[in-house]
Amino acid sequence: MSTIPAVAAHDDHHHGPEKGLLRWVKTTNHKDIGTLYLWFAFSMLLLGGAFAMGIRAELLHPGLQLMEPQFFNQLTTMHGLIMVFGAIMPAFVGLANWLIPMMVGAPDMALPRMNNWSFWILPFAGAILLSTFFMEGGAPAFGWTFYAPLSTSFAPDSTDFFIFAIHLLGFSSIMGAINIIATVLNMKAPEMRLMDMPLFVWTWLITSFLLIGAMPILAGAVTMMLTDRNFGTAFFDATGGGDPVMFQHIFWFFGHPEVYIMILPAFGVISHILPTFARKPLFGYSSMVYATASIAFLSYIVWAHHMFLTGMPVAGELYFMYATMLIAVPTGVKVFNWVATIWQGSMTFETPMLWALSFVILFTIGGFSGLMLGIVPADIQYHDTYFVVAHFHYVLVTGALWGIIAAVFYWLPKWTGRMYNETLGKVHFWWAMISVNVLFFPQHFLGLAGMPRRIPDYSLQFADFNYISSIGAFAFGLSFVLFAYIVVDCIRNGKPADARPWYSAKGLEWTLPSPAPYHSFNTPPTRADILAESQHS
Amino acid sequence: MKQLLTLTGAIAALMSSRAAIAEYGLNMTKGVSTISGDIYSLHMMVFWVCFAIGVVVFGAMFYSIINHRKSKGVKAAHFHESTTVEFIWTGIPILILIAMAIPASKVLIDAEVLDKADMTVKITGHQWKWQYDYPEEGIGFMSNLAQSSREAITLDDKPENYLLEVDKHLVLPVDTKVRFLITSNDVIHNWWVPAFAVKQDANPGFINDAWAEITEEGTYRGQCAELCGKDHGFMPIVVDVVSKDAFATWVTEQQAEKAAAAASATKTWSEGELFANGETIYNANCSGCHQKDGLGIPGAFPAMKGSEITNGPAADHLNIVINGKGGMPAFKMLGDADLASVITYERKAFGNNGSVVQPSDVTSAR
Repeated sequence: MSTIPAVAAHDDHHHGPEKGLLRWVKTTNHKDIGTLYLWFAFSMLLLGGAFAMGIRAELLHPGLQLMEPQFFNQLTTMHGLIMVFGAIMPAFVGLANWLIPMMVGAPDMALPRMNNWSFWILPFAGAILLSTFFMEGGAPAFGWTFYAPLSTSFAPDSTDFFIFAIHLLGFSSIMGAINIIATVLNMKAPEMRLMDMPLFVWTWLITSFLLIGAMPILAGAVTMMLTDRNFGTAFFDATGGGDPVMFQHIFWFFGHPEVYIMILPAFGVISHILPTFARKPLFGYSSMVYATASIAFLSYIVWAHHMFLTGMPVAGELYFMYATMLIAVPTGVKVFNWVATIWQGSMTFETPMLWALSFVILFTIGGFSGLMLGIVPADIQYHDTYFVVAHFHYVLVTGALWGIIAAVFYWLPKWTGRMYNETLGKVHFWWAMISVNVLFFPQHFLGLAGMPRRIPDYSLQFADFNYISSIGAFAFGLSFVLFAYIVVDCIRNGKPADARPWYSAKGLEWTLPSPAPYHSFNTPPTRADILAESQHS
Repeated sequence: MKQLLTLTGAIAALMSSRAAIAEYGLNMTKGVSTISGDIYSLHMMVFWVCFAIGVVVFGAMFYSIINHRKSKGVKAAHFHESTTVEFIWTGIPILILIAMAIPASKVLIDAEVLDKADMTVKITGHQWKWQYDYPEEGIGFMSNLAQSSREAITLDDKPENYLLEVDKHLVLPVDTKVRFLITSNDVIHNWWVPAFAVKQDANPGFINDAWAEITEEGTYRGQCAELCGKDHGFMPIVVDVVSKDAFATWVTEQQAEKAAAAASATKTWSEGELFANGETIYNANCSGCHQKDGLGIPGAFPAMKGSEITNGPAADHLNIVINGKGGMPAFKMLGDADLASVITYERKAFGNNGSVVQPSDVTSAR
């Protein structure tokens, strides 16, 4: 602690941020890059959200009112791609950049120049992806899962730009993952043991290995698409001896780890917030670590549960059903540990806590529908309906995105040195929490009643729930305007925040002043500091 | 949090009320096949297990949220570890999952394994229509979205069964084990009739199979369940399930119709006859992409109006319609008279000035 003022003084002379806009282009500082990632992710969230508003506006009433079916398909495709690769993943990398060096007692990330590059690839990849809207034939319209041959022989020329954008996004993710692994394993304070690390660091370390394993497979899938489209190969074309179902195997061998890439860091965030506001240590720290690792392992051996209707042999269906059901065990352990964490605590309900508690409930609802989807015979009826849409939005919106928003409110005082407006924070929470359920809960009913997903128009029996869902969507979309206002208001007008603004918060990041200095720890924290701030003390 | 509690309570009440489920279409159909009822029961069993776990977990959370709060002056406990409870809440879920997996495996094997079918229907997905063939009976036809639905897409007034009506229904006999052989001519489609609990991908170049034994006569509707391009939402499925006698009569009628169509292909048609028949076929099969006004969609689907193909040599036009090209599917499954009609229509409508094509031209072009 005594080193901190010296660090600040030191910064003024040599290591402060560069002046002007070039600071953001040339920066190798983990906090600057974290900030860039977070603002980029937020702007992509608004864009992907705008696409979703277009989708829900078309689905407000039966019939086609606003757009052609082809444009509707472009919107659903781009909504998925932008939200997954532009909003959720970069937001978590942004959080990792900001928080991991502070949490492990490091001065910065291990590979700062690569860090700069892995961010600055993103805006270009995003621009290439979005530019396809203005090309002949329009943007990709084959869904974010881009199944062949709809994405190969039957897709517009702009698809090659989509492929290139996916390659770039893959480079960025892999570099980000390498950087996080190097930082956690090499830069953590010498006195910090692996089982001292806070859960957010643990979940991100495991996520990084998922990224390194999964992203090259995605790159392989799009490369095969590229050669099928342009160089006469037939990986996915039966007339040349290929198999369109093989595309799905490859895609989901990436795709299933991908969904855990998007949720594991959120598990980490929740494991920080619940103990703080329950004023009680995290329950079952080590079982949380083992459960996260088990989920990551299982995520690699369940991919074909997305493909039960492709014509798989019964033995394959049975195996993938059992393996999928098994994921409920470690996931259940995490939920039970969270409940045990708040049990007999002394809770207060500031904004981050509201997001974290509702995460546990709503994510669990998404987990239940996930378990139901894993039961193969029932999946015959659920598959490719709005039940699936409801399921993955419960885990990705009220799961992953909820984790990100909870993290923003929780660490905003550390990042900005200021407090957000608590009243507005609560208003925003209740607004988003109610509207998101109005938006997604009725979609369970739509799916069970037989509405397929990815259709721009529907028969009249689905009209009522689609109407309710769309109204919820507009309200939920609007809530992000308030979110943006709260964050900007905090940065500009917020009251100064203490170094440790949340009473019993544990973690090395809270030992730094607020706002955190440009370089986090120039002198590593001692064993005593680490133990005092560990999650299992 | 109280609002949340109320909301959860209301949802629970809604879900548990059977009457509400039937009235508003909230739940999965029980269906009319020998398997669909088992699938429904399995779905409800898993749902109630999840519901019960939810009641326990959320109940504990809400109890804690209500009682263990600082504003009530509660002092936090400090426990944070117990190997015993970790074992308990790893073990109990495993037992629950095993209890679910046993009936699920049983239903799965019943649903997937069929020893001997009484009859076979081959289903081929096309962008964006279904083709049905009865190989043993020697009949087959295309099934398109009904005109009444297509015309109502942009109107406020929707017909009954909007988007769930087709021009020609699939007809199946009741109480018969029907094997469906499902494939595709272009991209992946998925043939789904919820009431039969049959949903199977149609993969180009591969044949999947599914089966159903339907126990009640009636008309059942379904949709394509795999994104297959622009008109994925506009290729419904309608199945009439009739008595075995009525089915036999229907088959005889279809065979007679097929013989008549084959005979008409050998005669020479007048331009007016070809044009009139061609307009119907064009609107059902071609207007989805090339548009009713023949203008197409620039960059995606070529225009018919003023095109080199429709105004040029008939041989090129025949070749592209019969064999397809790139994104344009092959239409060789249509009869000679129908192909001649639709090609003639394309060459004469929209101000085009191509030549008339006779069924005999199609026969020799194949």
